Amino acid sequence: MSAAEPVAARGLVKRYGELPAVDHVDLTVSRGDVFGYLGPNGAGKTTSLRMLLGLIRPTEGTIELFGRDPIVEGARALDGVAGFVEAPAFYPYLSGRRNLRLLADYDEPATRGRVEEVLELVELRDRGDDRVGGYSHGMKQRLGIGASLLRSPRLLLLDEPTTGLDPAGMRDMRELVRRLAGEGITVLLSSHLLTEVEDLCNRVAIIRKGRIVYEGTLADLKETGGQTWRLRTTDPTRANAVASAHGISEPEQAEDELRFAADEHTVAALTIALGQAQVGILALRNDEATLEELFLQLTEKDEPAEAAA
Amino acid sequence: MTTVEAAKPGVHDQAVSHRLALRGTARVYKWELLKLRAQKRTYLGLGAAMLVPLAFVLALVFKSGGPNDVPLGRYIRESGLATPFVVLEFMAIWGLPLITALVAGDIVAGESHNRTLKTILTRSRDRGEVFAGKLLATITYTAGAVLLMAAVGLVAATAAWGFKPLTSLSGPKVSAAHSLVLLLSTLGLYLLPLVGIAAFGLLLSTATRNSAAAVVSTLMFALLLQLIGALPGTEVIRPYLLSNQFIAWHGLLRVPVDWAPITRALWVSALYIAAPLAAAYLIFIRRDVAGD
Repeated sequence: MSAAEPVAARGLVKRYGELPAVDHVDLTVSRGDVFGYLGPNGAGKTTSLRMLLGLIRPTEGTIELFGRDPIVEGARALDGVAGFVEAPAFYPYLSGRRNLRLLADYDEPATRGRVEEVLELVELRDRGDDRVGGYSHGMKQRLGIGASLLRSPRLLLLDEPTTGLDPAGMRDMRELVRRLAGEGITVLLSSHLLTEVEDLCNRVAIIRKGRIVYEGTLADLKETGGQTWRLRTTDPTRANAVASAHGISEPEQAEDELRFAADEHTVAALTIALGQAQVGILALRNDEATLEELFLQLTEKDEPAEAAA
Repeated sequence: MTTVEAAKPGVHDQAVSHRLALRGTARVYKWELLKLRAQKRTYLGLGAAMLVPLAFVLALVFKSGGPNDVPLGRYIRESGLATPFVVLEFMAIWGLPLITALVAGDIVAGESHNRTLKTILTRSRDRGEVFAGKLLATITYTAGAVLLMAAVGLVAATAAWGFKPLTSLSGPKVSAAHSLVLLLSTLGLYLLPLVGIAAFGLLLSTATRNSAAAVVSTLMFALLLQLIGALPGTEVIRPYLLSNQFIAWHGLLRVPVDWAPITRALWVSALYIAAPLAAAYLIFIRRDVAGD
């Protein structure tokens, strides 16, 4: 594993009392990734991000961001890293512009020169002199992105950036993330929305009750789900027998249809066998498991399968 | 030779990181002051610090009698220079501890309340720099409150009774100019136990993450010390209570100067400052920032 990966977390554990909020999580985000950290609410996404940003100490495990450890080095390890956990928060009694100026002065080197540019980018220049206390949720969210961009980050950590936004706000936020990724910024984005991750991310890790249950591409995830088929024939009973004889386990008879799971190779062999057995094929349809189903399977079933290799 | 060469960049790095830390602390300090300037509680505290001596002088101008049972109280109308001392004496009981607690108790807890701690701790500033900047801002505010109180008292009282020699606590008169020097020294000495209160407030602010609880508890702490000092049978520990250091300046107003209470105030206050600050620092450095 290259030490200079934007994110390399190994065996992360965070326990509150006996309860593990994060349980032996490994995360690797490579340069250029838009990495989706997907899981239902309370699965441990925010806790993981807090550890990455050095806000809380892991009970166990190691973290490296571009090879630097935020637990050991503190804020210095965040060189080139920016982001927020939960909703971004600012001083409500200061204006948006002053909040950004403050944060710019907290950067090393100071990023004051970028404040106006960033305000423009997140479309808050007109409201820059208003107190943040009067901002809408969407504006604060945009200011949060702006505050992160001040640092000209190489890695952006975003915790559910579209949560609480209206549909237009969500669309704009996703557009912004896509644009930033297009500029070469590596993004780690947590979300409980599958569609969002599907839309934006090239890689995902799915977390459930503090454990990673899947890590890889969504395309690979679809494949692991396998395919199910629906077969309609002139003679369902005989078709069932032929299918069983061809190693298709537990075909399910539903009305005049036969449903089963099998790979394409087996299905091709089955069609030939059906023809030879004088069973006419009326329809053969392949049902790809939707990502939604797979996601729910992974995050809701009682016993999570071991993480895919 | 190689060891020397190897050591050089290390020393250099250390100097650089030292300078960066100082600059970082200075930036945090600057913004902590700007944040105080934008908050109502600051004006509440400093406003009270200015109003009290003004009300005190006005009351004495329009009413006869005076605070005869406190040092310098009997000579309050003799010179405008007496008023700041008398006001400080009164305000040590709960007035200035409250004004101090108002900001000290909020300086960290206010971040928790606004959930901004995570915002500032994910920039480039070390937690130690953030803590130091907050401490400096708290001390600055506290010193500002004491200074304003004394200045307003002095100006108002001088307008009423003139800038005249002051009767010292030992009897002889002290020239007005020298009294002014004594007043400034008194302010410095008086600030020490007040910073002790501030340090305690900072600790509670860090530990409780709740501004109101920290402010109230800090005030209770100051009152409790006063109470312990007033109980019979506590004479032995009385000189070592933080509350007692507020009257160390009495030593300055004796002729000759009585150094014993002054030196004691220095080290006793230092202990009351160092202990809570060390605890607050450790908590702040190590704590999990979750939800704040």
